Amino acid sequence: MGKVLIIAEHDGKHLNGSTARAVTCAQGLSAESVELAIFAADGSNVAEQAATLNGVTTVLLIENPANEHALAAILAPQIEVLASEYSHILVPSTTFGKDLTPRIAAQLGVPQISDIMRVESSRIFDRPIYAGNAIVTVEVPEGVVVATVRTASFPEAEKTGSAIIEKREINIELPSHTRFVKLETNGGDNRPDLQAATKVVSGGRGLGSEENFKTIYALADKLGAAVGASRAAVDAGFIPNDHQVGQTGKIIAPELYMAFGISGAIQHLAGIKDAGTIVAINKDPDAPIFEIADFGLVGDLFEIIPELEKALS
Amino acid sequence: MKILVGVKRVVDFNVRIQVKADGSGVATDGVKMSMNPFDEIAVEEALRLKEAGKADEVIAITIGTKTSQEQLRTALAMGADRAIHVETDEDVQPLTGARILNAIIAKEEPKIVMLGKQAIDDDNNQTAQMLAALANWPQATFASQIDIDGNVANVIREVDAGLETLAVELPAVISTDLRLNEPRYVKLPDIMKAKRKPIDTFTLADLGVEPAASVKVLKTSLPATRQAGIKVETVAELITALQEKGVI
Repeated sequence: MGKVLIIAEHDGKHLNGSTARAVTCAQGLSAESVELAIFAADGSNVAEQAATLNGVTTVLLIENPANEHALAAILAPQIEVLASEYSHILVPSTTFGKDLTPRIAAQLGVPQISDIMRVESSRIFDRPIYAGNAIVTVEVPEGVVVATVRTASFPEAEKTGSAIIEKREINIELPSHTRFVKLETNGGDNRPDLQAATKVVSGGRGLGSEENFKTIYALADKLGAAVGASRAAVDAGFIPNDHQVGQTGKIIAPELYMAFGISGAIQHLAGIKDAGTIVAINKDPDAPIFEIADFGLVGDLFEIIPELEKALS
Repeated sequence: MKILVGVKRVVDFNVRIQVKADGSGVATDGVKMSMNPFDEIAVEEALRLKEAGKADEVIAITIGTKTSQEQLRTALAMGADRAIHVETDEDVQPLTGARILNAIIAKEEPKIVMLGKQAIDDDNNQTAQMLAALANWPQATFASQIDIDGNVANVIREVDAGLETLAVELPAVISTDLRLNEPRYVKLPDIMKAKRKPIDTFTLADLGVEPAASVKVLKTSLPATRQAGIKVETVAELITALQEKGVI
């Protein structure tokens, strides 16, 4: 028995859905309570969203102007102050969690588990290695368990709860060696978030150009889907990096994943294995993506996409 | 300014790995081994900084068995000036690796430690961040662009929301992502020349490093596999199939 602390990911306004997935993972730890920490400059909105997550008992709100941007070097020492109260510290395995969590573990002098995909007991977990081509069952040695949670492996916790919100002050000297300069996002459109979307339409090298990617966006909009891409498409400059799906991009689990002109490198497949239904459209009948697709269609995507769009109208 | 760059020996990127039938691990006997691709990018970036006059010396370091000197030789052939081999036959997990690197930075006093963001074998993505914590240095992970401006590194990072820029004071730990650069090919004369470059060897005891408590691997298994489904012939057939499944 112990207490779990989850470090929430948010952008200052909205709680990131990955946090709710980490809450579901925490439910498997048979802990006496699950608490959630929000580090922010002004985090009352985010705290209210977090308080609705089922299974969360307390939301800790640590407000400090230094917490405006999630900088690992600033957050880790504050989390270290809180750590002694907890048996487990969980963080979603997003770029936020991957950046922060090892720094917490090292400050606490304990190893870290990356990408929990299954909880066997409070100290035994499954995690993927070799781009998901093997799974290891690992046991954590004595001490606090510090881990990231593979978000595609857990559904979001329901939002019917009402946790207590508790403000905390952590008065320690924080380093000044790291400065946030800017964040360039491609957001601002009204498309669903790639990691939260129930449908994703994705394009690969087969699209051929940035211009041609517009057909992917158009089809996605018809379906109310998010837009993804393979590494090859991102490297070729067809689409920005935050759309990349796969081992080094985003690992996602939508209900429907439609891959256009993506051959299916293992690193890409590692990012979509948990999707409900996978559809592959490719002109090469031997493309590896067909080996894992529920529905495959061999043909020219430049003919098929407009046909699909028409059929969906 | 010195740059210390980490190099790990891993199963080659192109090998389809095999999980041993008894669950004891992944087969590595007779399998092609290479430098971790993210580390190659780190070596390349360190060399480019030196070529641009931003650094004076590039030191490659590896931790592992005697055979991992092959990967140090690759780094030297790419252009690293010298190398450090911390030799051990034990499995070195990230926290111990970070302790070793921390001991080396105390000796070498580099301004930048450049590491691949993750190794493609254990996929941990931890060592750079852990080293930054132990050294009490700033960290800039998942770098896709690095500009050195005096005592500050401006690093563009690949994050889920897009591209984030951080300014970190040196010394700092930087971890490299895929789009930072394209590593150079090594030419035969460089391989010959690399054979004459020095490699210093240490043990953990030499460095006074205690291994951290390890995560124990109980078993290694195959992931659940997806079966290939069906091929449809027309868009109409596809739409019907998706409607029947209730996904559109």
